[in-house]
This record gives sequence, structure tokens and C-alpha cells, in this order.
Amino acid sequence: MIPISWVLFLSLSLFTIGIFGVLARRNLLFILISLELMLNAVVIVFIAASRYHSASMANSDGQIMYLLVLTLAASEIAVGLSLVIHMYRQHHHLDIDKLNKLRD
Amino acid sequence: MSLFILISIPLMGGLLAWYSERFNADLPKKIAVISLLMCWLPLIPLLNSMPFDTSALGTSQWLINESYSWIPLFNIRAHLALDGLSFLLIVLTLLMGLVALSSAWHEITKRTGLFYLNLLWTLAGVLGVFLAIDLFLFFVFWEVMLVPMYFLISIWGYEHRHYAAFKFFIFTQAGGLLMLISLCALVGIHYQQTGILSFDYIILIQNPISGDLAFWVALGFTIAFLVKLPALPFHSWLPDAHTQAPTAASVILAAVLLKTGGYGIIRFVLPLFPDASIQLAPFMMFIGVIGIIYGAMMAFVQTDLKRLVAYSSVSHMGFVLLGCFALNIYALQGAVMQMLAHGISTSALFVLVGMIQHRYHTRDLNELGGLWINLPKLSAFGLFFGIASLGMPSLGNFVAEFLILVGSFEHYPKLTILAASGLILAAVYSLLLIYKTFFGQTKLPHDNKIADTNTKEWCTLISMCFILIYLGLHPQPFFDLVPVTLMKLSFIPADIGASL
Amino acid sequence: MTQYSSLLALIPLLPLFSALILLFSNLPKLGVSILAVGSVAGVAFISLFLNFIFWQQSDFILTASLGTWINIAQLKISFGLYLDPLSLVMITIVSGVGALIHLYSIGFMYQENDFKRYFTYLNLFVSAMLFLVLADNLLLLYLGWEGVGLCSYLLIGFWYQDRNNNLAANKAFLMTRIGDTAMAIGLFLLFTQLGTLDIQEIQIKAHSVWSLNNDNNTMASICCLLLLGGAVGKSAQLPLQNWLPDAMAGPTPVSALIHAATMVTAGIYLIARNSQLFQLAPDVLYLVALIGTFTLLLGASAAMVQTDLKRILAYSTISQLGYMFLALGVGAGASAVFHLMTHAFFKALLFLSAGALIYSLHHEHNIFKMGGLLKKLPVVAMSFAIGCAALASLPFTSGFVSKELILAQVVASGHTGLWWAAVLGAFITAFYSARLFFVVFLGQTQLSPNAMPTKSMSLALVILGVLSLFGGIQPEGLKALMPQLNTEGLSTLQHWLPIILPFIAISFAWWLFKTKRFGKPIVSSFLQAIHQLLKSGWAFDHIYQTIFVFPLNTLCQLNKDDLIDSFYRLIERTSCTLHRTFSQFQNGQLRSYNASLIIFCILAFAWFISGELIL
Repeated sequence: MIPISWVLFLSLSLFTIGIFGVLARRNLLFILISLELMLNAVVIVFIAASRYHSASMANSDGQIMYLLVLTLAASEIAVGLSLVIHMYRQHHHLDIDKLNKLRD
Repeated sequence: MSLFILISIPLMGGLLAWYSERFNADLPKKIAVISLLMCWLPLIPLLNSMPFDTSALGTSQWLINESYSWIPLFNIRAHLALDGLSFLLIVLTLLMGLVALSSAWHEITKRTGLFYLNLLWTLAGVLGVFLAIDLFLFFVFWEVMLVPMYFLISIWGYEHRHYAAFKFFIFTQAGGLLMLISLCALVGIHYQQTGILSFDYIILIQNPISGDLAFWVALGFTIAFLVKLPALPFHSWLPDAHTQAPTAASVILAAVLLKTGGYGIIRFVLPLFPDASIQLAPFMMFIGVIGIIYGAMMAFVQTDLKRLVAYSSVSHMGFVLLGCFALNIYALQGAVMQMLAHGISTSALFVLVGMIQHRYHTRDLNELGGLWINLPKLSAFGLFFGIASLGMPSLGNFVAEFLILVGSFEHYPKLTILAASGLILAAVYSLLLIYKTFFGQTKLPHDNKIADTNTKEWCTLISMCFILIYLGLHPQPFFDLVPVTLMKLSFIPADIGASL
Repeated sequence: MTQYSSLLALIPLLPLFSALILLFSNLPKLGVSILAVGSVAGVAFISLFLNFIFWQQSDFILTASLGTWINIAQLKISFGLYLDPLSLVMITIVSGVGALIHLYSIGFMYQENDFKRYFTYLNLFVSAMLFLVLADNLLLLYLGWEGVGLCSYLLIGFWYQDRNNNLAANKAFLMTRIGDTAMAIGLFLLFTQLGTLDIQEIQIKAHSVWSLNNDNNTMASICCLLLLGGAVGKSAQLPLQNWLPDAMAGPTPVSALIHAATMVTAGIYLIARNSQLFQLAPDVLYLVALIGTFTLLLGASAAMVQTDLKRILAYSTISQLGYMFLALGVGAGASAVFHLMTHAFFKALLFLSAGALIYSLHHEHNIFKMGGLLKKLPVVAMSFAIGCAALASLPFTSGFVSKELILAQVVASGHTGLWWAAVLGAFITAFYSARLFFVVFLGQTQLSPNAMPTKSMSLALVILGVLSLFGGIQPEGLKALMPQLNTEGLSTLQHWLPIILPFIAISFAWWLFKTKRFGKPIVSSFLQAIHQLLKSGWAFDHIYQTIFVFPLNTLCQLNKDDLIDSFYRLIERTSCTLHRTFSQFQNGQLRSYNASLIIFCILAFAWFISGELIL
């Protein structure tokens, strides 16, 4: 069996990539994708934890959490993407550094 | 039920006016007039049976008393009641509502529906304040009258309307918050001392709370009302609000909203906290006197006509405060009379300023002048109301100021003499107003489109003149209506001079 | 007696209703004249009728009530009218002189566009004055008191397009208002002390309350002092006298009616009405006499050097009112009221003749531009001569009778110093009256009249002239009502000096006039300074300007932006600054928000872990 530290490492690197993407990218679309990456990183830990902690497959809380997060992520991205499309129609770009109207 | 109907008529009328704007921009004001006129209907049986003398009112203070359960958990009731004092103020509210409508008739052209919604809701709030006997309900109405007023100023006002509206809102809201806290404290202390949980005035008044805390609770209530009055350190929202508000809102503000402060002191502070009121009295009277002088001195250096009138309001309301806390029957009667007379004379001045502004698009005293040449009727009215505000005998203001000063003279002669010097200062600013506006040579370009008062304006103003003269020459019916309320204040020495 | 009550009630109401009708109607000028003059003439006839009935009775009292005004606890005030010999004299003067001046005004004001407004004010004034005089309580008196003040204000500023007129009107109103406020405080004090505002009750109660123990007399003095404040303001006495010369900005008939014959005598009436109260305060009475003396000297000396026709008359009014105050002060109320009556006649006559002059001479006020008018305007000259003679108290005029009476009473009261001052005043009075008459009517013709006085004007002049000559009959009722001093022990000097002095003064003035010394520029700088001082009415305007008006104005101007408001503005500014400081962090950059979030998470995590480790 793969040691859990490998899975955790994978998750951590995925999460860091996600954070980096959120921080570094300017395009709103890529930020959303990076967010998805971070979600996936967390979900991997859920699945791994559920596999490693119980002797049997009877405890499937981790998997259930995975499904929940997946649904949430899907709905979130749906709303997010539609907003992004609207925003693109209005501003003709998705540069978040320029989209700072809420400041005032 | 009639009192609830009375309050709900303007509420409904407001909604209807708002909705009707879709069909016709002129419809809202007609609906507003009709609904205000309908407000008189619930009062008609009362007017009919009102014999205008004390004996017929019987032993009960309340002419109408209606109570329904509202929030049983805290024993909060929807309790409205009407006595002589509130009757007078309600009549004033309804009359001045009509005056406000008359002055808004041609002035308001944008978003008329919303305007009349706000106007009527403010009036409904004020009616509620004058009628609510349950303290919690009173607080609710207190807030109800503020919010629409905020919109009236901030949407239809003049150049700095947002600043003024915010200032108005923050001041009164802070006062309201203080009142809420004091209210809860009052009910809590009352519960501790008597074991009865109630927000009901009639129950609370039977066992006035005592102790050190009572003083602070009384102070909290008083400050809340002082803000509204407005008394001296809290007055500065008034000039801004008045200056920026549209005429109709100024009228409502001056005629009715300020009166809720005086009403609150007479109705709640004095009877609920008799001991604390006596403690507070010298200080409050001092504030009142300072307000009289300060307001007058501020008034006569103003160059904005509306600001001048607003500061004169501060000065006049100082008399109300003085009268309320002089704690005797003459001064209290005078305070009530002052509320009525000031309501009419000052709002008439605001109406006049509105007319001048509508015609010449300025209210700067240095640009105005010589209006009598072209607008003799309007100027004659201006002269009349200016004279009224300086306290000319035979008009209501004089009777009020005289009684207040007579009442307060007995125990506080020095303060009264100071206050009387306000009469001189009142003459200074009133004459200045008349002099700068109506006399002298015309400075503004005049064309033939600028006409003297039309019939509607003339009728509005002349009726206000007559009310003031009536108040000044035959105030007795009004005095007879009020004592039943005021006599409840057990600490009033009913017979001054009997010791001689 | 009661059958006359309704007549009494009619007296103040007639002009009031007439004023109301004038206010709301749109009558032509003829209708306005008939209504306005008719109403006042009606009152005059009623009061003459009452005089006729009551002439023989010395202690009649007639009352009428027009309803209650205020009735709270002890404070019971009604619109009650009270007629006794004193108020009968007053209403006769007010309505009689008032009617003549109304009549005169028709001619004088006929060219005005605002004819109707003028008569509305004038009728309102007469009504207020009648209320003042007939009031049976002090509050109603105060109503009339303020009412006449208001009408005076309105009429001084009648020609409202000229700012100077308005300023004069404002000054008149404010200065009298200062006195009125003192009087109002006096009312409060009287009410708290005596529990009533009814004038007759006050007289009785004051004696029972205050004369019991003499320590309490300070209270009586304070009451009297406060009432005196009102009287001083209204009657233009020191120190509130300097509004009256400026009040001449109004139309001349107004000056005649309000600022000579009636309103300014309200102060004398007030003190006379409350004479029993004032008897309790001998100090205040002495003060009244002193004020009167100083004022009469001030007015007379200022009148000597004026060049404006109406200002001379105004200062002379101040001076004559001083005589009345002096008489009141020495306890000779009856002669004060008597002089009030004769003064009303001859001063109204003088003002009306002056008005006729001004009317004929293109609104010229400067007496040195007039001259030699004796032949051109004989009626005016005649009436002016009679007026001047009465003012100078030459024998066989009404002014002579009343002024001699006052002087005799002053002697009888034992105030010799005051008597000498009054005699000096009489000398100056005769001097300036002579100067006035000589300069205007004799000598070279400078301006020729362009209009003759109308018939109504001449008629009024003639009637007033007759009254000024033969009106020196003291009403019987007054003598009984008011204290009268025994004047039998006069020495020869005291008897003859006041009679001879006017002639000396007139001869002196004649000599100065003949040698053309009037109106010449003065060379000596010292004399010029005195001349300036006298001309400005002893510089009271200047003093008040520096002591009161300027500081108050500066103070208010400094505080124009409302000091208290600046506290709230400070709160507002502080919160704004704080807001701006903190909003630096909110720069709208999503990425920097993210970065700070993550940094915070890492720090929190690190802190948490380190905490765990330590534990």
C-alpha cells in the first residue's frame, strides 16, 4: 500500500500549486481553475484518510465528503463561470487587478 | 378601533399614492390630499362630542383608549389612547400635513409617488407617536417617522441634501437608541420594584420608579427628547436639515417633528420620573434659556433665510423646554401653547421661504430685498409671520411665551430674566428677516412671470394667520383641553400666590 | 351707567374693524378715507359724548368686557375695559387728535399709491392705543403697548423702499422693545408677588401687602423700576430716548400722531395709571423726576442746534415728555396728564404745520433752506406760530397753563434744584421755538411753495390751532383722581420767572436772527465740538453702537458657523480620517487580499503549532 505521507505530499503540492495559481494569475478564469485544484487537493486527503483509518470499507465518510465537495464544486463553478462570462461581456477582460470597483 | 384606523389611513394612502404614479404623475398628490382629509373622519365623532370644557371630559384622562395584545411574551400591547394633549397635537399634525401638501403641490415634480409615500408615512409615524401609550409601540413609531423623513431630505432636498439627511438621521437615531436603552431599563427596574412586567404607560405611571438609577433613566429619556426638540448641545442637525429639506419636509419637521420632543417630555419624562424631573429641572431650564439666547444670536447672523428660520426654531423651542421643566401649571400650559403656535408660525415662514425660493431661486438674504414692491401680498404675510415669531401680543406665540415666563419666574427669576432677554433678540432677528427680505430696493431681476400669491397659497397662509390670531386672542379652549393631562402631575403647585 | 358699557366697548373696536375692512377690501381712495376717518371720528364723538356725560362727576367708573382671554388657576385675564377720568382724558386725546390727523392725512397722503395701507396701519394704531388706554389689566395694556409699537414700526418704515427708513423703524422697535421687556418682567414680578394683573387690584393689594412692613418696599421699588423701564422706552426718556429723532423718517402725520401726541405719552399714562403703586416707591419716583429733568435738558439742548425741521420737533417732544416725567416724579400726576393733553394739541399742530411746509416745499426738511414763508403760506405760518407760542409757553396759550402748573408743583414738592433745571429747560425751549419760527418764516425767501395745503389739511390745522390756544382747561375728574400739590406758597420769583423767561429767550433769539448768526458755520473748535455733541443728541447713538451693538455683532459674527456644531464636525472628521487610514488596506486587489489571507493562515497555524509544542 502506498504510505499515507505520499498521498499527503501529493495533496500538499496540489494545494500549493492552487495557492500559487490564485495568487499569481490575474485572469479570473485561471483563478477559478486554481480554486478547483485546491478543492481537489483537500478531497484527496479525505479519500486517503477514509481508506487508511478504517479496517473495513464500512466507514465511507471520506468518500461521502468527496461526493459532497464534488457537487458543491460543480455548482460553485457553474455560478462562478456564469459570473465570469457576464463580467467578460461587460468589461471585455478578466483582469482582476482592474476589476476593483468594490473598493470605493 | 378608530385610532388604529386613523394611523393606517395615511399608511394605506401612501402606498396607494406610490402605486398610482404609474398611471398619472398628478394622481399621487390628489390621493395624498384625500387620505389626509379622510384622517379627520375618525376624529369627527370626537369633535362633535367635544364640549370644550373641562367638566365634560369627566374623571378619565383618556377620551379614547384602545388596547390590543401584540407581543404577549413581554406583555407588549398595541395600546393607543387619546387625551386632550394628544388631540391638540394630532389636529396640528393633520393641519400642517395639509399645509405641507399645499407647498409641495408644484414644487415636487420628480418621483411624486415616492415623495407622497414618504410624506404620508412620516405623518403616520408622528400620529402614532402622539397616540402610542405603550412605550414599546411608542418607540416603534418614533423610528417610523424618522426613516421616511430621511428619504424626503436626501432625495428631494437642495444642494447638500445627503450631508444634511445623514446628520439628521444619525442624531435622531442616536437619540432613539438612548431612548430604547432607557426604555428597557425603565421596564426592568419597574419589574424589579413591583413585579409587574409591562411597557404600558398607564401601568408604569402608577408606581413611578425610584432610586439612583431612575435619575439616569430619566436623563436618558430626556436627552432623547432634547435631541428632537432640539435643545442646545444637540441642535446642530436642525439648521442643516431645514436648509436642505424641501419646503414640505421643512414644514413637517418644524411643525410636527420637533413637537414630539416636547410632547415626550410632558407625556413621559415628567409623570414617569417625578423625583428625577425635580432634580433635572434647574439644569434643563438652564439649557433651555441658553438655547433661547444662543438660537437667537445664531439666527441674526445667518445669511440663508432658511437657516435663519431654523435657528429661530431653536430659540423658540428653548421656551418649550423652559416651560416643561418649570414644573407649574402656567409654564406647562405655555409650553403646549408654544408648541402649537411655533408649529404654525415657523412652518408658515418656511412655506414663505419656499415660495420665495420657487420664484427667485435664491434664499440668500443679501441677494433678496424689496419683495414688497412686486409681491405685496406675499410680503404682507411675511411681515405677519415675522411679527408673530417675535412674540407680538394678540398672536399665539405671545400667550405661550408669557405663560412660560410667568410660570418659571416664581422659582427661577434670574433664569427667567435671561430668557426674557431672548424676546429682545427675537425682535432683532425677526426684524432683520423682514428688513432684508421685503423692504428696500429690489436687487433681483424681476419678470412678469413672477406673480404674487395665487389663490391656493393665499388660502393656506391666511388660514394660518387666523389660527395664530385665534390662539392669541382666545386660547382658553386649548387650555381647557390640556389640564386633564397636566393635572396628573401631582407635584404642580396648583395655586401660585395663594401663600400671600 | 351700564347703558354706556356697549358704547365703551365700541371705542377700541371701531377702528379695529375699520382696519380689518381696509385690509381685506379693495376700496377706492374716497371709500378708504371715509371709512378710516369716519371710524376714528366716530370714536371721537363717542368720547366727547362720554365727556359730556361724566364731566361733572369726578369719581365715575365705567367698565365693559369683551370676553375672557386667559383663565388658568390664579391667572384670570379678560379683555376688560375700564373708564375713569384718567382714561377718559386719554381716549379723548387719542381719538380727537387722531381724528384730526386722519383728516389731515387724506390730503397729505393722497398722492401715495399705498394710501390704503397707510390708513390700515393708522386705524390699527388708534385701536391699539385705545386698548392700551382702556385696559383694565396690565396684560391687555401690554397688548396695546406692543400693538402701538408695531404700528409705529410699520409707519416709520412706511416708505419701505428707502433702507434708512427701515433702519430707523428697526431702531425704534428694538429700543422700545428693550423697555417693553423690562416691563414684561415687571408684570411677572407683580403677578408672583400680588397674584393678579388687574390694575385696580394691584393698586389696592400693593398697599396692603407692601405697606405692612417696610422691609418689603424694595420689592415695590423693583416692580416700579421695571414698569418704569417700559415707560422710559416708550416715552423716549433717558437712556432709551435716541430712537425718537430717527423715527421722524415716517410720514409727518404719523410723527404727529404717534411720535408726538399719543404713543410716546403711553409711558406717562402707565405711571399715572399705577400712581398708587409708585407711591410705595418714593426712590423710584425721585428717579422718575431725575430722568425727566435730564431728558428735558437733553432734548431742549439738542433741539437748539438741529437743522432738520422734524428733528427739532422730535427733540422738543423728548424734552416736553421730560416735563411730564418730572411732574410725575414730584407727585403731580394730574398736571403731568394735563400737560400731556395740551402737548398733544400744540405738538400735533406743530407737526402738522411742519408737514404742510414739507408738503409745499418739495419734501425739504432743512430749515435753513426755508425762509420768508410768512406771506406765502399764511395758514401754515399762523398755526405754526400758535404752536411755537404754546411750546414756548407764552401766556394765553394752553401750553402756558399746563407748564406753569408743572413748575409750580415742582416748587411745591420742595425740589428746588429740579425746578431751576426745569426753568432753564423752559428758557431753552422758548429759545429754540423762536429760532425755528424766525428761520422758517421770516427773512429771505429761498424756496417758493409749489403746492398749497389741501382743504382737509387746513381744516385740521385750524381746529388744532384753536385747541392749542384755548385747550388749557384742566379736566375736573383728574384733580380728584390724582394727587395734586398745594401751590399757594410760591414766592414772587418762583411765580414770575417762568413767565418772563420765555420773552427774554425770544428776544435773544430775535437778536441772533437779526444779526444773522443762525446757520452760520462755527469757527471756534471747542464750540464746534459742543455743537456736534448737541446735534448728535449727546452722542448716545455712538455710545450704544460701541458698547452694545458692535460687541454683540462681533460676537455673533465670530460664532457664525456655530461653535457647537464644530464639535460634531470634529467627530465626523476624526471618523473620516480613521476610515481613510484603514481603507488603505482595502485596495481592491483580489490577489493581495488572498496573499494576506494565506499569510494570516500560515501565521495562525504556526502560532497554534508552537503553542501545542510548548504545552
